Amino acid sequence: MLQGLERPSERPSLDISDLKHTAFGIRSLVWWGTFGLIVIEGTMFAIVVASYFYLRTRTTEWPPGVANPTLWPGTVNLLIFLASAVPNQWLKRSAEQLNLGAVRIGLLIVSLVAVLNLAIRIFEFPALQCKWDTNAYGSVVWTLLGLHTIHLLTDAYDTWVLTALMFFGPIQRKRFVDVSENADYWWFVVLTWIPIYLVIYWVPRWL
Amino acid sequence: MNPVDTKPIERSATDELLQLAETWREPPGFWGWFRCVHHQTIGKRYIVTAFIFFLLGGILAALMRMQLIRPENRFLGPDLYNQIFTMHGTTMMFLFAVPMMFEALAVYLVPLMVGTRNIAFPRLNAYSYYLYLFGAIMVWVALLTNTGPDAGWFSYVPLSGPGFAPGKRVDFWAQMITFTEVSALAVAVEIVVTVFKLRAPGMSLNRLPMMVWAETIVSFLVIFAMPAIMLSSSMLILDRLVSTHFFNPAEGGDALLYQHLFWFFGHPEVYIIFIPGLGIVSTIVATFSRRHIFGYMVLVLSLIATGFLGFGVWVHHMFATGIAGMGRSFFSAASMMISIPTTVQIFCWLATLWGGKLNIKLPLLWIFGFFFVLVMGGLTGVMLGVIPVDIQVHDTYFVVAHFHYVLIGGAVFPLFGGFYYWFPKITGRMLNHTLGNWHFWLFSIGFNMTFFPMHSLGLKGMPRRIYTYQPEMGWTTLNRIATFGAGLMFIAVLLFLINVFWSRRRGVVAGENPWGAGTLEWATSSPPPPYNFVELPTVNGREAVWDAAPNQPVVRGLRTDMREVLATNVLDADPDHKELMPEPTIWPFLAALATTFLFIASIFTPWGLVWGLFPVAVTMTGWFWPKGKDKVNQEIVEAEDAARA
Repeated sequence: MLQGLERPSERPSLDISDLKHTAFGIRSLVWWGTFGLIVIEGTMFAIVVASYFYLRTRTTEWPPGVANPTLWPGTVNLLIFLASAVPNQWLKRSAEQLNLGAVRIGLLIVSLVAVLNLAIRIFEFPALQCKWDTNAYGSVVWTLLGLHTIHLLTDAYDTWVLTALMFFGPIQRKRFVDVSENADYWWFVVLTWIPIYLVIYWVPRWL
Repeated sequence: MNPVDTKPIERSATDELLQLAETWREPPGFWGWFRCVHHQTIGKRYIVTAFIFFLLGGILAALMRMQLIRPENRFLGPDLYNQIFTMHGTTMMFLFAVPMMFEALAVYLVPLMVGTRNIAFPRLNAYSYYLYLFGAIMVWVALLTNTGPDAGWFSYVPLSGPGFAPGKRVDFWAQMITFTEVSALAVAVEIVVTVFKLRAPGMSLNRLPMMVWAETIVSFLVIFAMPAIMLSSSMLILDRLVSTHFFNPAEGGDALLYQHLFWFFGHPEVYIIFIPGLGIVSTIVATFSRRHIFGYMVLVLSLIATGFLGFGVWVHHMFATGIAGMGRSFFSAASMMISIPTTVQIFCWLATLWGGKLNIKLPLLWIFGFFFVLVMGGLTGVMLGVIPVDIQVHDTYFVVAHFHYVLIGGAVFPLFGGFYYWFPKITGRMLNHTLGNWHFWLFSIGFNMTFFPMHSLGLKGMPRRIYTYQPEMGWTTLNRIATFGAGLMFIAVLLFLINVFWSRRRGVVAGENPWGAGTLEWATSSPPPPYNFVELPTVNGREAVWDAAPNQPVVRGLRTDMREVLATNVLDADPDHKELMPEPTIWPFLAALATTFLFIASIFTPWGLVWGLFPVAVTMTGWFWPKGKDKVNQEIVEAEDAARA
């Protein structure tokens, strides 16, 4: 029974020597890992949003005792996020085509977009018109915005490291998979901003 | 002869085998300890560490039982008693039950059971272990310096809030949650990816071993439930440290929000602990009935149904808080519904045992104990689902009795069965049978002596968490019986430890498949070599070893000079591509140290969160950046891929 390597003819085998070492998307392990992370963090966002609405039922006035958040910084960020989807998707596609030149340009663009997002995010916190310790409303909107900022910062940092890698590090096919998955994570940061933006800025106005 | 068997000993002379062993060898020496990334090594560390915390949690329980042995006892004061019962629950739930039933068993067993060489994301796996270890040490050091958490294992507000719990005690509890939950979440992702992408060819989803199903479903429960407690404990620590008002009614917050968030995690948590136990039961029942499990599909669907229903019952922990009528009825009905899939499973096991050729050995004995204890706990569970009963016995010893029957019955009994079952695989030697029998009977009798009287104590009105009681309450005799029972359990566990230490060196040599079991971990030597299998197996049925064809093919074409594994597709496990697994590395350990600094510093100043980010970013980048052997190997295989294309 142990003929394997010594007497290969005695045992039927499934030969996988010809399989490759890179796979993109749903075939790759990294895709599933990233997806797992996205589900965890998506759940986290959903629970904070649920807490927001729960706290809203505890009071008659909403926002309680403070002005509505100022619209412009969040809205500008929303527009930048939506616009970033185009270079981000192009970057993802270029990575899957193993196009190093395009990947470098795409990474630079997304890195800069993330800087812009973070810069405008600095104006979003004062735009909330309250502090985290003003009342429970203040606590929950600061947490919601803070949590999204942590994700934005994390993905910005990941993108910067990948940019450095694709310019100065060893170029391997495996790293193109990382770029592609990083682009997926950017999609997550963009798409979660839409409901969070609506909750923070528009729920006090509409509901 | 076992057709999938690929025992290494007989071919140890071949160069390929030596090379394979060299490639997968864990780094030796003191510093090597911090660089290990193989799932067997990390899995064994999880098992040993979680068991040490089981013993520590047990010592705390023994202290409480000694305090309650007679009325108006002065053995422990009220403040110390508060810390001890809080740390008993915290240790048992967060430092023993989840890390043992989920992380430890899944990390060690799942890669072997699906027939691959390592877990997906091995460095993350090492990182998760260190985080768990450091978080656990942190909260125990806090206890030993009289700063132990003292607001109960669920730290309800307002008791745990800034108004009633000054000092750092509760902060250590909240941060311990962050440590352990990050760790469990990391393992959950690894297990899902290992099961979905690294199964042996032929192991389609409908051939997954029951234990693997159980750990996969638990991974999903962890993924959806643990964010809730990470948030609630973070909100708690924010309320305490930077004056947010989530749970402060004076500023529009709400104390019940904490309970909702906690139990949205807390009830699935019970199933996170319980479902691996069910997986163990299905595994042991099939092996010792010597037949395929009865109703495989029904069992899998029951596990999934339990997982789903587990998210719909959290309010039954809050019936006494004045939930509106409709909500109460819904959650009461959902709580009772959960007994349906559990009952279905029990009947499937009974049918398997009925139709099998029974081989009554120690693992099966523990499963019989499980049936008895779990059914008892399940019945009081149905009683507690009835709201008037629940409100009557809320926060009494009746509830203490119920959840110990469910948790010890649902997790610890199968776990001990699992220890007797897999110990030969992990160490290569059998546990002693006579000592094992003493262990089982003393533990079972001791357990029932300890916890059965608590039903009565609860009905007689004895509340949980009181540090003493007056003689005229009429609780003395039952408490004495309970303490005596705890003593028996203590002796039983001591015997088990003696058995483990003795058998590790002197036990009967097990051979590769001492129970004649059907899953893939038995198709390699005991203990398994660091590469798990000489040649990766292919699978022809639900019990891979039993169902293998006479000349079942093996996988060929994986390199022996690099840590290469085969990735397969999600549904049918057809070969898809190859992946290189990382070499040993110090970076996950360094990243865990940096993360520990961040978590602990932020207890003392919010700026810890800011300054702590830098070392985390640096170590994570060092972890990610391609270098050394990993980089060279990747370049070699990619060059070969290109040449073939």
